[in-house]
Amino acid sequence: MTEQEQPILSVKNLAVTYKTRKRDVNAVRDVTFDIYAGENVGLVGESGCGKSTAAYSIVGFLGRNGRVSNGEILFRGENLANRPESDLRKLRGADISMVYQEPMSALNPTMLIKDQLAESLIVHQNMDKKAAYEKSLESLKSVYMPDPEGVMDRYPHQLSGGQQQRVLIAMALLNNPSLLIMDEPTTALDVTVEAAVLDLIAELKERYNTATLYITHNLGVVARVSDRLAVMYAGEIVELASTKDLYAKPLHPYTMGLMRCLPDVDAPKGTRTLHPIDGRVPSPDNLPEGCIFSPRCEFARENCFTEHPKLDEVVPGHQARCFYAKEWLEKGVRWDDRMEEPERVCPERPAETDEIMLTIKDARVYYPVPFKTVRGLFGLEKRKYVRAVDDVSFTIKRGRTLGVVGESGCGKSTIAKAIVGLEALHDGKIDFLETDISSPINKRGSQTIRDLQMVFQDPNGVLNPSYSIGDQIALSLRRFNTVPRDQEYDEVVRLLRAVKLGENYYHRLPRQLSGGEKQRVGIARAIASNPAAVICDEPVSALDVSVQAAVLNLLLEIQKQQNTTMILISHDLSSVRFFSDDVAVMYLGRLCEIGPCESIYSSPSHPYTAALLAAVPRPDPTLEQTGVRLHGRVPSAVNPPSGCRFNTRCPFKIGEICEKEEPPRQDMGGGHLIYCHLPPQELNKL
Amino acid sequence: MAEQTLTLKNLRIAARARQMARLRESLTVVFASKTAIVGLVMVLLWVLVAVFAPLVTKFGPLEQDYLMINQGPSGAHILGTDHMGRDVWSRIAFGARTILTLGPLSVMVAFVVGITLGLPSGYYGGWIDETVMRILDAIMAFPTILLYMIIISAVGASPFNVVVAIAIGGAPGIARLVRALAMDIRTREYVAAAKLRGDKDIQIMLREILPNCRGPLIVDFLLRIGYAAFYIGTLGFLGLGLPPPTPDWGGMVQEGHSRMFANVWPVLSATLSIVTLVIGLNLFADGLREETMRYQ
Repeated sequence: MTEQEQPILSVKNLAVTYKTRKRDVNAVRDVTFDIYAGENVGLVGESGCGKSTAAYSIVGFLGRNGRVSNGEILFRGENLANRPESDLRKLRGADISMVYQEPMSALNPTMLIKDQLAESLIVHQNMDKKAAYEKSLESLKSVYMPDPEGVMDRYPHQLSGGQQQRVLIAMALLNNPSLLIMDEPTTALDVTVEAAVLDLIAELKERYNTATLYITHNLGVVARVSDRLAVMYAGEIVELASTKDLYAKPLHPYTMGLMRCLPDVDAPKGTRTLHPIDGRVPSPDNLPEGCIFSPRCEFARENCFTEHPKLDEVVPGHQARCFYAKEWLEKGVRWDDRMEEPERVCPERPAETDEIMLTIKDARVYYPVPFKTVRGLFGLEKRKYVRAVDDVSFTIKRGRTLGVVGESGCGKSTIAKAIVGLEALHDGKIDFLETDISSPINKRGSQTIRDLQMVFQDPNGVLNPSYSIGDQIALSLRRFNTVPRDQEYDEVVRLLRAVKLGENYYHRLPRQLSGGEKQRVGIARAIASNPAAVICDEPVSALDVSVQAAVLNLLLEIQKQQNTTMILISHDLSSVRFFSDDVAVMYLGRLCEIGPCESIYSSPSHPYTAALLAAVPRPDPTLEQTGVRLHGRVPSAVNPPSGCRFNTRCPFKIGEICEKEEPPRQDMGGGHLIYCHLPPQELNKL
Repeated sequence: MAEQTLTLKNLRIAARARQMARLRESLTVVFASKTAIVGLVMVLLWVLVAVFAPLVTKFGPLEQDYLMINQGPSGAHILGTDHMGRDVWSRIAFGARTILTLGPLSVMVAFVVGITLGLPSGYYGGWIDETVMRILDAIMAFPTILLYMIIISAVGASPFNVVVAIAIGGAPGIARLVRALAMDIRTREYVAAAKLRGDKDIQIMLREILPNCRGPLIVDFLLRIGYAAFYIGTLGFLGLGLPPPTPDWGGMVQEGHSRMFANVWPVLSATLSIVTLVIGLNLFADGLREETMRYQ
């Protein structure tokens, strides 16, 4: 990229306004940035920061109530703002392409892949069908689609998520666009698939010299693909710099805050505290005065609350919207400085006991597949099952935390549901505090129910929208007779305070709360019965990073205070490392590896674990991020591969034995078990 | 964060204040939609007429005056008189009472039946769902009006039987709606949380699922009162409604339609009454639905 060149896209003082019932709302204000050919600019921010709105205004997808109210969007020198639909339609798909977040909903489920691909060539380049098909096939090859000829004749639902995303990227590149807008293209994908797609995006940039606008909330992802980053907060760009500079010395307190609250996959439990950013992103119709970040900024001074800072160039190529950016630079305030604070949540823990809390033995959870034939209905066909959890055994000691990781469909959530009794066991046994709890919840004793509680994933579904927060917590108290009736109110308030919410939340309704607050109420409800064990099913995966940190800290604190045993189900290996003492890695209903966090993360031994860890995007642009990559898709759990389940994708497959025989359990010492055919010394080398 | 300790009394006041705020909020939803307001005004007018029927009329609905049959509108009889010399306006006003009690009543009964069938059906699924739904399908296979005619001609025309007929005819549709809502809501995590609290199925259905169905159910309730008014009218027209001297809009159309070209007033007033009431209810329901959907 040379500075003299004309930028492909130049956005100047862009403001986007939405008309709502009450008034006009400026969702995006004063956004200015350029993208040059062959450059990847990342637009980063939490949800509600206006990053998608800013990007969609370029192609005019603002909906009926949105419009560009100020500024210019210059695409190769031409202003696109508020252009008629017909002009934009010619540009879209040809000169400007988009890749969306949800590949499944971005593809038309009723059209063959080849027809969808060819369509844009036929429309924009007047190609004939045959030539269009040929070009489409070529483009599929260029995104390294396995079996491209076969894929051409398939429907979207016959492809895996990663393949669908490859089709979308191929489609976006068909007309050699000069600008590519990618809206969270890997957020919906599993981490191993994400890694492969990111590799592809990075390579395509080199090959096609396309200008790319990359929208994401994930600082790890942009560190890998972007050259420059624009950090957005509440509709404004607060910092704009090259990726290296931004990660090395962030100059805006918001950027520093974002980096401080990321769990680090390479840091063991207890060595780091996460610093959440207090408060929440203000809604665009109720912006604070002065600097928009001032209410949440820990460095804010008096004038921050009254004056609005401009986006200033602090050093060449590094702009920040902060009055004191120069000072941070000169004084050398670094984002990780405050991490050495004494206020640590995790290290000291009550002495460990050897008491075994939970034993799972040969657990299987099967879902019957509905019969599709008449013969089946009359019982003449063998019943087929989705083997969600197939022969899993492990134990947890009192006071420890087990993290269960794996990609979607590996059975990690199902095992959690089986433990709390929401799913019935097909076979096997679960013992909890020396009681057999293999039966589903309606057959369990109330003491067991009270001792085994759960924190759920979706903050929007976790609370009943019809009742106030306090009433929902009080209901649990009443059910378990935790406290006498007349102390109920005080106990609810105590619980609310324990999850860092105040008494004034008692009468609020769930919809008046933010996602993070709802999740806290969910935690308060789970600990209301004083449970001995809490199972957390992806408790933070639906939350913004700054809120994730707060919720994880809260869970750790509760564990420390009450010596609760916890199981953390998560696809995010970083938060598992931050949170857990032990880790279990699952693949397709089976356990691959289980053991103390340290021995697994520091030297991953199972090939699948190695691939998972290599795939985690690290928020550090200086790291060379390569390693084991997985190909192919996860096989069906109705008909899993014989032998080792991982053999179809394993890069270290040793031969027939992997397909024929169940992998043996190998004890690596210290409670570290690996299910693999590779001999121990080979495993240690991985 | 105000960290004051509230006494129990203050607590109750706070709770009441929240309730008022919620009420105000639901009223703003109604008043935000012009459609809903127009509908509400139309319905309220009829409700007022029904409630104050003796005050807004000069004659009784059954009072006959054989010297004044088939009259057009005049100062004494603002909508004229029918073939028996009864005041049309009085019959309309008292007829509003009939339709506005029987309509909501029958729909309420239909809702009780429909919810009782649909809620477990959607919550449990499986064979319970199959059995209930197949039975309801069988009822739904009959054209509604035919079903009513069969029921009424079997048990005879009376206000009670009209309510029963409309409840039977309406329950399957309501059950299906409740079932669909329950099937969606039972997968929510707060239902799982209730199970983890050890709640019984009936508690989960009534406390966790049913209250969260209320939005669509309220809209459906209003729409169905409109349909019920319409069907009560139709039954009356077919002679299957309320026994003759009762003031009933449908019956008025039936009695008057043979003399329609001689005296249009009884037929016209009764039809327009049905039309305005039904349209009013529909507008109200539509406005409410649109507004609540936008609200989400």
